Amino acid sequence: MTQMNVKTDDEILSENSMTASSPVTQEAPRPTFVTRGVDVFYGDKQALFGIDLDVQASGVTALIGPSGCGKSTFLRCMNRMNDTIDGCRISGQILLDGEDIYDDQVDVVHLRARVGIVFQKPNPFPKSIYDNVAYGPRIHGITSSKSELDDLVKHSLEKAGLWGEVADRLDEPGTGLSGGQQQRLCIARAIAVQPTVILMDEPCSALDPIATARIEDLMGELREQFTIVIVTHSMQQAARVSQRTAFFHLGELVEVGATADIFSNPVEQRTQDYITGRFG
Amino acid sequence: MNDQNAPTRSIDNSTAMAAVQRSLGKRNRAERRFRFFGIASIGIALALLMVLFWTIISSALPAFTETSIDLEITLPADEIDPQGSGDPAVIGDANFPKYIKRAMYSLFPEVTKRRDKKQLAGLISPGAAFKLREHAMSDPSLVGTTIVLRVPMSDDVDQFKKGQITADIPESDRRISDKQIAWVQTLTDMGLVHQGFNKTFFTAGDSREPELAGIWGAIMGSIFTMIITLALSFPIGVASAVYLEEFAPKNRLSDIIEVNINNLAAVPSIVFGLLGLAVFLNFAGLPRSAPLVGGMVLALMTLPTVIIASRAALKSVPPSIREAALGLGASKAQAVAHHVVPLALPGMLTGAIIGMARALGETAPLLMIGMVAFIVDFPGNFTDPATVLPVQIYLWADAPERAFIERSSATTLVLLCFLIMMNGLAVILRKRFERRW
Repeated sequence: MTQMNVKTDDEILSENSMTASSPVTQEAPRPTFVTRGVDVFYGDKQALFGIDLDVQASGVTALIGPSGCGKSTFLRCMNRMNDTIDGCRISGQILLDGEDIYDDQVDVVHLRARVGIVFQKPNPFPKSIYDNVAYGPRIHGITSSKSELDDLVKHSLEKAGLWGEVADRLDEPGTGLSGGQQQRLCIARAIAVQPTVILMDEPCSALDPIATARIEDLMGELREQFTIVIVTHSMQQAARVSQRTAFFHLGELVEVGATADIFSNPVEQRTQDYITGRFG
Repeated sequence: MNDQNAPTRSIDNSTAMAAVQRSLGKRNRAERRFRFFGIASIGIALALLMVLFWTIISSALPAFTETSIDLEITLPADEIDPQGSGDPAVIGDANFPKYIKRAMYSLFPEVTKRRDKKQLAGLISPGAAFKLREHAMSDPSLVGTTIVLRVPMSDDVDQFKKGQITADIPESDRRISDKQIAWVQTLTDMGLVHQGFNKTFFTAGDSREPELAGIWGAIMGSIFTMIITLALSFPIGVASAVYLEEFAPKNRLSDIIEVNINNLAAVPSIVFGLLGLAVFLNFAGLPRSAPLVGGMVLALMTLPTVIIASRAALKSVPPSIREAALGLGASKAQAVAHHVVPLALPGMLTGAIIGMARALGETAPLLMIGMVAFIVDFPGNFTDPATVLPVQIYLWADAPERAFIERSSATTLVLLCFLIMMNGLAVILRKRFERRW
């Protein structure tokens, strides 16, 4: 059964990479992430079954699926945040620009500097807005002077669309901002480390519609520069922000393809059922 | 579906409401009962606390006043310093108790019998002679003159003046005789006897004479001991907690360590004293009665408390903060040092202070390592023989003199003040640094 599914996924994958790549760019598709046969176990429980997924460079890839389908688990594998969970084991290959990120040679600190993450619940440090953004550059020694750091903080906050709101109160605690502002602060904080990929784990699920719209607009701007992978519960959001969508169900990658195709013309019955709201 | 719902639907709405009404009354009564028991328990606890405080304060208050007398003392130059050298060393060798006695005899010239004279001299504290000696040595020009000096009276007179001993008790049952009472009355009528704030109690070390005994030595001992305890238990406790909570793999071994730490917190304190005696004194050969060893023993006793409180504080830091730091590429140690520990620090400090407060009130382990000795000098460093406040209470509570009992209570009061201050500090720290996220 599983064997068969993997096979179909592979077929879909190859099919989609052909269809999706040709209209977007003329160059050969350059996937940032390539995962092959990724299994994840929490203790004895298997959470992911042989995931094969390519994430295209620049652009937004949305991971959708019902609760508990393993999409967040998969996202957290991509910058090894699952390392912090006791009893979590991963097998298979996850290649970032051709390098296996679970290789012993790879320093997880370096990996996470390249692959930033924004969490479901805004989690600014209980420090000033400035220190929140400056923390990453400081620990990595990205900047060499105070003025350079100031510029980077400003630049990152501008990118996150927060500069105008906080420019005159950088010394105030980040925790004093509204939920949407906090989440944009977290995005600014992730950008400040100069990653190539930003992972977003349901970044809008704790926000109101207006704040959500702002974050979605932001994603539209950021995808020019960063590869973005977003986990979302909202299919509308996936349709709005992403160029590619991957549908997970019960720990399996059911289908992946251009967002328009997935929502208008899914290949798999399960995808069809999910996007039409028959389950999940 | 409908079949399942049918029986419940068949219950009449009004009967259901009546049943709810009945059970509501019962529930409300149960709730009122529960609240009453809660309030009653708090009331009992408060009442007992009031009784405790009232007992301690009422028996301690007299200790804060002392009875002294203005004596006109002649310092004969030919006896004290015949050469007129003015050398304090020469003056210091003089027989000052004699001049005190002479001053007393001159007040009551009618007392001639040897036994009566002894009783008369007994009204004055032996400390009077020391005070006179110091006074004369500090100013040699006083030799050969007659001075008026306020000197302490004996503890028996003090107790009589405070009403702790009354003339109603048969003479044989009290430490002050009828004659002495009469003399004290006369002296009081002459306006020579004063009752004032007992400075000695806060500035002196221990003494065999209650009127000369003070707690400054014990306070110094307690401070030295607490410095050692804090310096050892806080860093070690926090480091262990951070390692166990943030870095140690969760396996059988770490479970065993956790259980043992929790058990250690419940070990009777005297056991730590035995350990200190065996290891620090007998094996390592450290000095007896020293705050250094006392502090080490109390640090052992406090460690589990500090570790448990610190781990709880670390646990209360939301995991999202760790994830945020790790997600930015901070190493584990950076995430812990930059974010988790600063956020947990107020909780850790609170735990440390509460542990210290417990250590400050601890007697039993210190008895085992010899801090129970009678020590008059103030400890000047960590290896000087010393005693601590709770041991001082224990020593004085055991003393036969009535005046030591009130000093024992007064020391308890001082100790309680320190404890309240420390707990207050813990509360302030917690409130001040409490973070919301």
